[in-house]
Amino acid sequence: MPLLQVKNMTHFFTGLRAVHNYNLEINPGEIRGLIGPNGAGKTTIFNLLTGVLRPTEGEITLEGTDIIGLRPHQIAARGIGRTFQNMKLWRHMTVLEHVKMAHYSQLSYGLTGAFFGTKKRVRQENEIEEHAHTLLALMDADQFADQKVLNLPYGVQRRVEMARALATRPKILFLDEPTVGMTPEELVGMMNVFRKIHNELGLAIFLIEHRMKVVMEFCQRVQTLVFGEVIAEGTPDEIQNDPRVIEAYLGKEEVA
Amino acid sequence: MEVKKSNPGNTKRFSGLRHFFSGIPASGWLLAAFAAVLLEFYVGDPLTEILGLPKIPALFGIVIILKKPHLIPGAFAYVGLIYLLPIIIVAKITAPATNWVSEKLDRMPLWFSAILHLVLLYFVLEIWTDISDYRLLMLKLTLIAIMITLSLNIINGYMGEFSCSHPGFIALGAYVASVFTVGLFVNDRLLGHALLPQALGQFLFPIGLILGGLVAAVGALIVAIPSFRTRGDYLAIISLAFMFIVKSLIENLEVVGGPRGLGGQPDWATLPTVFVWAVLCVWTINNFVESTMGKALNAVRDEESAADAMTVNTRKTKMIAFMFGAFWAGVGGGLFAHVLRYVNPGTFGIKKLAEVLAMVYFGGLNSVFGSIVGAVSFNLLSEALRPLEIFKWIIIPVLLILVMIYRPTGLIAFKHFNVKKILRPRPGSKERV
Repeated sequence: MPLLQVKNMTHFFTGLRAVHNYNLEINPGEIRGLIGPNGAGKTTIFNLLTGVLRPTEGEITLEGTDIIGLRPHQIAARGIGRTFQNMKLWRHMTVLEHVKMAHYSQLSYGLTGAFFGTKKRVRQENEIEEHAHTLLALMDADQFADQKVLNLPYGVQRRVEMARALATRPKILFLDEPTVGMTPEELVGMMNVFRKIHNELGLAIFLIEHRMKVVMEFCQRVQTLVFGEVIAEGTPDEIQNDPRVIEAYLGKEEVA
Repeated sequence: MEVKKSNPGNTKRFSGLRHFFSGIPASGWLLAAFAAVLLEFYVGDPLTEILGLPKIPALFGIVIILKKPHLIPGAFAYVGLIYLLPIIIVAKITAPATNWVSEKLDRMPLWFSAILHLVLLYFVLEIWTDISDYRLLMLKLTLIAIMITLSLNIINGYMGEFSCSHPGFIALGAYVASVFTVGLFVNDRLLGHALLPQALGQFLFPIGLILGGLVAAVGALIVAIPSFRTRGDYLAIISLAFMFIVKSLIENLEVVGGPRGLGGQPDWATLPTVFVWAVLCVWTINNFVESTMGKALNAVRDEESAADAMTVNTRKTKMIAFMFGAFWAGVGGGLFAHVLRYVNPGTFGIKKLAEVLAMVYFGGLNSVFGSIVGAVSFNLLSEALRPLEIFKWIIIPVLLILVMIYRPTGLIAFKHFNVKKILRPRPGSKERV
């Protein structure tokens, strides 16, 4: 059984068809890519799958159960972790607080614990703090634990965001252009992070990416999205040489 | 956000002074304050006569200075001899001893040490207020102001919504608690004969306060539910509407006296009662905002969609914030009604709102410490500047504007309130790293 399955998903923004007849299957441990020109609807697909938007038509199942209609935090707690194109870090919080926060659904001390500081709360807060440090160490960012995120360099912020997404203990990680705007060194660091996530944690990854280098190296299968429709699907090699994909990215070749 | 402006000249000028005081722990300051109030208790009256003052200056002589300029030297001498000198001398002399005590306490459970400090603080306040009823009333109102400011800070500071409904919550708490006590324990014109003996009331008074808080919390749902969908200006308008709804509801309820108000509350809001409730309020709120569940408020404020994607239940978080804030506002309102022993709906209007908002934004957003400082300084200022009459309402707003210009988030914003750190021993030698 695939981990995540999407069947014939269509979404309209009041008359505008943003996504049309979209199908997807992700198996455990698989890395999938989604590419397409700007405005093709890639982020919309992420928002539909994570519950931010509700699809007009179609089915989405995670491990066999229907997740349409669940609120984003419920879907996140069931195992879809995500990062954002513009990171969306919390400006007044430290790195450690970020990663601890993403454990929210794993806390069970309730309001009594929050108001009166019970033993259970102390224990759980210690547990998630330890786990947060482990994740930060994995992301090579533990030395920044007590700093405010906004004071950190861009590459580190990206890694913190990744640690935050991992703290939700996802089964699939959705990455929305994780290498956008990175310097070459930062890119190398990020690719090491991908390798770690995939090899050490064995997570399935669904990746929106513009850099072909990253897509070529990691993805097992890639979809190309244009105007909300998948026009080509296959291995990175097939995609790269597909005339429809080249047309979508570079425009039609004028025949003299 | 807050870039610390380094001013080398300034820090150098004060470093000597700072070093002089750095070796004194919190217990030392409390002990010194204790000595000062004891001194005032015993020699305050003779000293005022010697210095030619009419009576013991109630608020550190500020009122006297502003009212009767020819008494300025006397007022200064009084404050210096009773407060400044004894506090500095006692704090400095006992520093080795208090440090030793603090070090011992530091190894014990935090609650034990905190309670000891609070008991000492309570006695300082108790003796200080023994001098005049005016001080007592002011102190009670200040403690209540701390509760109300802090509870509003949960919504406006920690969650970053601009809520204007707080006077409504305070009014709900004040009226519910008053109806509880007046209706059950007092022979009242409006609410009929006492149903229970008054002696029992003392013990049931907390139930009345909690009831008031709970009703306010239920009222908060009316503001919390729209907050799922709107933010910013729109929520401010909704919450403002809530405030007016509560006000006109009470004005039209003849059972509780309508616009004439409700009086005759028994005198149960004594200093120990108010003090204990204020401590409880600070304690639970600080516990809450330091927990990951409480920090979810910050996540919702800074980036709601990210909070959602990181498994934070944003609706529940908003609801908790509004209801918890409203609860403490309601309890504060109940105490307020029993301190003044009279409430009328006119109290809970725009003016109250402005006052509460001013205390929150003056003291500092997202900060327990800031709220305490804001409430205390605002109350002290508005009492002390009373002799200036109309000019008071020029000076206080100007101060507020200055704070907003130079520190847009308030005096002490975004600061953790770490009790262990406040109570820690401060041996001077280790401090100078």
